[in-house]
Amino acid sequence: MPAREQEIFDQKIEEEVRIEPKDWMPDEYRKMLIRQMSQHAHSEIVGMLPEGNWITRAPSLRRKATLIAKVQDEAGHGLYLYSATETLGVTRDETITQLHSGKAKYSSIFNYPTLTWADIGAIGWLVDGAAIMNQVPLCRASYGPYARAMIRICKEESFHQRQGFEILLTLSRGNDAQKAMCQDAINRWWWPSLMMFGPNDEASPNSLRSMQWKIKRFSNDELRQKFVDVCVDQVKTLEMQLPDPKIQWNEITGHYDFGEINWEEFYEVLKGNGPCNYERLEARKKAHADGVWVREAAAAYAEKKRYLSNTVMNGIKIA
Amino acid sequence: MESKSHNENWPLWEVFIRPRQGLDHKHAGSLYAADAQMAVENARDVYTRRNEGISIWVVESKFIHASNPSESDSFFDPANDKVYRHPSFYDLPDELKNI
Repeated sequence: MPAREQEIFDQKIEEEVRIEPKDWMPDEYRKMLIRQMSQHAHSEIVGMLPEGNWITRAPSLRRKATLIAKVQDEAGHGLYLYSATETLGVTRDETITQLHSGKAKYSSIFNYPTLTWADIGAIGWLVDGAAIMNQVPLCRASYGPYARAMIRICKEESFHQRQGFEILLTLSRGNDAQKAMCQDAINRWWWPSLMMFGPNDEASPNSLRSMQWKIKRFSNDELRQKFVDVCVDQVKTLEMQLPDPKIQWNEITGHYDFGEINWEEFYEVLKGNGPCNYERLEARKKAHADGVWVREAAAAYAEKKRYLSNTVMNGIKIA
Repeated sequence: MESKSHNENWPLWEVFIRPRQGLDHKHAGSLYAADAQMAVENARDVYTRRNEGISIWVVESKFIHASNPSESDSFFDPANDKVYRHPSFYDLPDELKNI
């Protein structure tokens, strides 16, 4: 092991100096980043699918325009993160192939279906809310390109959460059927959103390493607790309930206690047995395959233009 | 599945954006595109969805040459012992004004 390089690297981490692409870094650090960042990119891309489902059925032009803008943002976020991942020496094709082959994971939350319009609200409020909770500390991640991508993403993400909450707020002030739809969406998305923070700390061996390297700044359970505390207050504005009878203020900890997460469900969805795992991957693969001719045509057109401009420059007349 | 990959055919481009009149173009990120026009249009969609720019430059990444980070100590060393390049190096009396 190159001791001197390791020392410089450790010192940079210690002193909060960002690691940049061409700097020496331990293989394990590089691997951990590639895994986390590519999974993050995949999540943005697959995350477009459940919401895309409702673009054509949004209840007003205003809702349709904002939903399109949100989904377009997710595509952009995927691109920032794929680019940042590539700075670690892995190609775009490798990461996309890993997604399509099932080798790489993406956030399990996107394997749940969007059954009603209220789900678009619940995704914005809860799923994007949980994502923001996770992502804000990543703006200080020790790897420069990741941190920079996260800053851009976090700036854009807060509109997503607010538009979601507004959808739920509107439904919650509506008629009985609309109120019921709102509550039902919250019921279905609450627990999967809590799972987004990952396994409990004692079941998450990678977390500690990631925190030592200052990629992550808070543990899964710390972030989850923060999220619960925030949501318990926010749900009051909706005059709705979180589907957990065990939620209760704890004077001693200064936080809300909450019930046990169904980890069996979490691991089943992770393994590929969630309600929409198959459908999501198939949609991704189909989109990629259907786009082949576009990519090839664009490349051929660029090639032709290059050829034409070269021949003109060489003084050859084109018939 | 196709055999050709898009980024074997499409070059990588670095994107630079001028946020406002009067400011420099600043590196924003990178993307793949078949040609310069597509790179500029995609850069607009990826990096300026919220009026972050009024001008975009793109350059193929292969044309960027960089200093070597592992040699940065010696490379930037010549500036280290030249504090006299800074105005605070010079000892002047406090009563001296407008200098």
